[in-house]
Amino acid sequence: MALPGERFHVLAQLEHLQSKYTGTGHADMNRHEWVVNQHRDTRAFQMSHPGMNTYIAVVENESRARTRFNLINRMIQPCGPPPEKHPLDDA
Amino acid sequence: MHLYNLTLQGQTAINQAIQGNFSGLPKSQEIVVGRGSALELLQLDTVTGKIKVMCHQDIFGVRSLLAFRLTAGTRDFIAVGSDSGRIVILQYNPEKTCFERLHQETFGKTGCRRIVPGHYLAGDPRGRALMIGAVERQKLVYIMNRDAEAHLTISSPLEAHKQHTLCYAMVGIDVGFENPTFACLEFDYEDADNDPTGEAAKRTQQTLTFYELDLGLNHVVRKYAEPLTDPGNLLIAVPGGNEGPSGVIVCCENYIVYKNLGDQPDIRCPIPRRRNELDDADRTMLIIATATHKTKNMFFFLIQAENGDIFKVTLETDEDLVTEMKLKYFDTVPPANALCILKAGFLFVAAEFGNHELYQIASLGEGGDDEFSSAMGFGENDAAFFEPHELRSLIPIDSMDSLSPLTDAVIGDIAREDAAQLFTLVGRGARSHMKVLRNGLEISEMAVSDLPGNPNAVWTVKKNIEDQYDSYIVVSFVNATLTLTIGDTVEEASDSGFLPTTPTIGCSMIGDDSLVQIYSEGIRHIRADKRINEWKAPPRRQIVKCAVNRRQVAVALSGGELVYFELDLNGTLNEFTERKLFNADIACMTFSEISEGELNSRFLALGTVDNAVRIISLDPNDMLMPLSTQNLPCPPESILLIDTPNEDGKGVASVHLNIGLQNGCLFRNTVDNVTGAIMDTRTRYLGTRPKLFKVQVQGRSAILCTSSRSWLLYHFQRRFHLTPLSYANLEYAASFCSNQCAEGVVAISASTLRIIAAEKLGVAFNVQSFEHKMTPRRIAVHPTMPCLVVIETDHAAYTEVTKGLKRNQMAQDVEEMASDETEAALAREIATNLRERKLDERVFGAPRAGYGKWASAISLVSATTGEKHSHFELPQNENAKCLALVQFSKHPDAVMVLVGCGVNEILNSSEVEPSDSNYRPVRGCVYTFHLSPNGDRFDFLHRTETPLPVGAIHDFRGMALVGFGKFLRMYDIGQKKLLAKCENKNFPVNIVNIQSTGQRIIVSDSQESVHFLRYRKGDNQLVVFADDTTPRYVSCVCVLDYHTVAIADKFGNLSVVRLPERVNEDVQDDPTVSKSVWDRGWLNGASQKVELVANFFIGDTITSLQKTSLMPGANEALVYTTIGGAIGCLVSFMSKDEVDFFTNLEMHVRSEYPPLCGRDHLSYRSYYAPCKSVIDGDICEQFSLMELSKQKEVAEELGKTVSEISKKLEDIRTRYAF
Repeated sequence: MALPGERFHVLAQLEHLQSKYTGTGHADMNRHEWVVNQHRDTRAFQMSHPGMNTYIAVVENESRARTRFNLINRMIQPCGPPPEKHPLDDA
Repeated sequence: MHLYNLTLQGQTAINQAIQGNFSGLPKSQEIVVGRGSALELLQLDTVTGKIKVMCHQDIFGVRSLLAFRLTAGTRDFIAVGSDSGRIVILQYNPEKTCFERLHQETFGKTGCRRIVPGHYLAGDPRGRALMIGAVERQKLVYIMNRDAEAHLTISSPLEAHKQHTLCYAMVGIDVGFENPTFACLEFDYEDADNDPTGEAAKRTQQTLTFYELDLGLNHVVRKYAEPLTDPGNLLIAVPGGNEGPSGVIVCCENYIVYKNLGDQPDIRCPIPRRRNELDDADRTMLIIATATHKTKNMFFFLIQAENGDIFKVTLETDEDLVTEMKLKYFDTVPPANALCILKAGFLFVAAEFGNHELYQIASLGEGGDDEFSSAMGFGENDAAFFEPHELRSLIPIDSMDSLSPLTDAVIGDIAREDAAQLFTLVGRGARSHMKVLRNGLEISEMAVSDLPGNPNAVWTVKKNIEDQYDSYIVVSFVNATLTLTIGDTVEEASDSGFLPTTPTIGCSMIGDDSLVQIYSEGIRHIRADKRINEWKAPPRRQIVKCAVNRRQVAVALSGGELVYFELDLNGTLNEFTERKLFNADIACMTFSEISEGELNSRFLALGTVDNAVRIISLDPNDMLMPLSTQNLPCPPESILLIDTPNEDGKGVASVHLNIGLQNGCLFRNTVDNVTGAIMDTRTRYLGTRPKLFKVQVQGRSAILCTSSRSWLLYHFQRRFHLTPLSYANLEYAASFCSNQCAEGVVAISASTLRIIAAEKLGVAFNVQSFEHKMTPRRIAVHPTMPCLVVIETDHAAYTEVTKGLKRNQMAQDVEEMASDETEAALAREIATNLRERKLDERVFGAPRAGYGKWASAISLVSATTGEKHSHFELPQNENAKCLALVQFSKHPDAVMVLVGCGVNEILNSSEVEPSDSNYRPVRGCVYTFHLSPNGDRFDFLHRTETPLPVGAIHDFRGMALVGFGKFLRMYDIGQKKLLAKCENKNFPVNIVNIQSTGQRIIVSDSQESVHFLRYRKGDNQLVVFADDTTPRYVSCVCVLDYHTVAIADKFGNLSVVRLPERVNEDVQDDPTVSKSVWDRGWLNGASQKVELVANFFIGDTITSLQKTSLMPGANEALVYTTIGGAIGCLVSFMSKDEVDFFTNLEMHVRSEYPPLCGRDHLSYRSYYAPCKSVIDGDICEQFSLMELSKQKEVAEELGKTVSEISKKLEDIRTRYAF
């Protein structure tokens, strides 16, 4: 049995993690949020690794700078606009 | 199974380049480049115009580099942003030619993550602060300062984070000595994330944000953010303070905009476009690289657009306000990752793809037309046009070979040369190449001259010890000696004093200014005043061998008698009272080099025909006493003693005894300086009867070995390199030094005298290039003839046919627009121009089509000459993706080339709406060609449609296995098309590779690793009987043996997986196949799983894998190539002891000499999955970079000596590769 105080402590820790690390999940996370995070991580990964950037640039026959630019642009809204919030969700 | 990773050539791509005075020497300027995982310091030799690599160090991952210098400092420091979660400040030490770490500050986790800084680095131009940023959210500012001892200090980080913010670019603004300010291009996506209507995403604009570091409060504030109408991708800082107006230039799509804080209005100028280009009209212009040049009274910027066009940007100012921005077309060079303008008037272009170039800036592009100004009043949609031209302001000086991007490679002796060649496909678009790599050192030829008759030896001599350059070349023939003087031209000398009527055995300068010639009857000592002293050999005895240096002469008489002479103080040669008699004839001899502060050399090494080499003392106390003996397996041919100075140039140099044996081996031993004991023998095979000659390389003694092939043994960057020369066979050589050529070699080859010099030291490969018009994708080798089939494909490109049509269309449009007679005449002229205008695509790049347009071609190329025997261009929008040579059982004597293509393929297809008007159904097809047996042509047979783009083709027992999408189909050949025989459509995502071994088929999926299949002939079924548990994004696969495959993935992992022992029986014992077919195991996978044997992170996307032998007679290695141009191999160990030794060595080096930029080596090699059973040679070889005391410590821990360890490192390398 965990003490009540400890439980709050865990919650506080979680909140700290969520603010510190973008993309840390939480209990109310929906599918869209999760997928968007995955996509943003992927694009950031692809533009940060020089080899990966070159690889994509060669496939697309683009310059590396354009590939990098496209990849950041695709981080803005990788999966379209978020879904309408259902009125019951906020309860 | 354990494997050892050996890098043969590191990545050749340059991703970052910075210039600065890193060495701290006055007036010098160097370039530091980031090559993927390594850091390199380049220096420009302004005399020869060549780029020299001064220092190369593997630091396991570079992402960003910045040069900065403290206020009033003269030396630049290097800040490195890597994936280590740390910022590292380095300094270059020119004495030790290495980088030294000054500071290392940890701020985050490792890896290239979204919110861990390292991707962007910006510095205050006065060197007071650095900002390091991540792609999203995090930015940290470090304050740099000096302490009392003038050492660089670094503060703890100040945060400038902002949630939900993407960063596109970062730069430090020149604000003089006000508070350091940084500008960032940012995008805040928070609103867009919370707006279901999608309006916010459209509404939000990119902002230019200024961050100010308040030095007084020690705090960073977000000072000001301004929304931008056009999204930008790059920022350029404009000089400020007393030197300029300060502010930034934002490079946006289609525009560049000057902005500054305060009253400054925006100054905006469109980026000019090429006139009459076939490019897609909707395409935006983007600036990809910039460089700033600043002197005391002027500054300008060079900006480069995507197609390689460089513009010079200048600003007109009125007081502190900028009134006008001017853009002038400068020249066109390969598109760059980074541009560096050097103070000496050079432009270094670190090309994104292909070779890096160095240009001399001959003019600053003043005058002429094609100048555009912000004051010209360009409207919102107006564009400026110009006509590109050949180089006018730049002169190409030097070029650094680069294999990036390397898309595919095959290795083998395809050109029939007895040693393996690597055929690599390199490049993107119209600047592509097929490069042939051979192990060898590139040689530049200075002169070749014919001689009368066949010479058998050559020497160079100086006249006076004070001379910087050699005076004479002495050539010995069978019955004569020829002396040539070296001046501006080489001429025959008559007054040298050498005896011309006899062959020479050896000659040299002796004393301060006299010469000595040794011939079979005696020794001729020629004094400076032409007095001649002769020593005659005893009657009926001949001199057979000799050794000479500045003070001593030793001659061997026939019968094994040794006579020794020394120069006395009067400059006369005196014979030593005793002669020494050996049991056997003397085959070769040499003096050791005279060490500093001594008059004479200490040892004489001589080899006798009774298979022994002896070290003889020349110390006056025990003159001519043998000190040590080494027994050899066969008689020695040639012998040489060489000093190798220590790294820092101090202390006692080590002496190496090199023996060329008659059986073709080279023995390299270390000789103890005091006792003369011979230790530590290392052996390499060179070829028939190797002869050794001392030459100079980089100011040190090196050895040129002539044999059936010529080799150069030299010490470079703390390692011995023994590399064959890519040059004609040499017979005899001597070092050569003149004012045109400081470190050359004069050599004899047949009846010619050649003066040559070695270039590109430290490079294992000599490169030969053949041009291609489009990005080459795959390569296949003709089974019997020396020729190759290559497919090339470009996205967003036009085929030659379409280009012609488009040009015609454009010309017609112009003609139709004409309204009256005079206009029509003009229009016709323009139209003809348009039809005939063809820019050289290799220089200016190919015109760009829209997305989803494809151009492709197939060609048959000769492996020796690169000549294209056959060429087949596919219609527009068909893209060749894969290639295989198939021998169908129906036509056993014919080889077919099968090319798998996509039709109307769309990249990122999930992001394109099918309702789009341009949407055409995606299909695939397979082209079949008949390849002629003598390899001179292929002929089109037929084309077979497939429902999806074809990802892989493989020859499987007289049938073709074709993979497209989730389908694997088996085809037989028919009259009109290929005939489908059987199909399996249960693969997870997309088939990218098919291999087979015996009855087993190995199919790789683009995301789900490998699947093992068996073809059941009776049931006509392709049955998956085993697969992998780990998802792997396979890029290439190599079968190692019947049970084992090596898999490389897109992210740079290399794994070896093996079928379990029992799996074999299971397939055989299951005659009904019911088990394999119906027993689906878990999650629909196969019921049996492969086991992981080894796993390793290479560091870069792997593009080809091949199990092959790299040298004649060497064991097989698993050779990989990466997109960044690295070539390496995984090799196996010989014994368990060796595994233990290298495991321990790796562990010790990891802890004693961790990577320079703070990346934990073990976690780097375990980037995606834990490193398993692979030992990294890259880190083991850094053993030689450690300090000697640490080396000794580690060696002691391992129970070995330092030289034993370096021998083991060398051995494992030479056993497999070079």
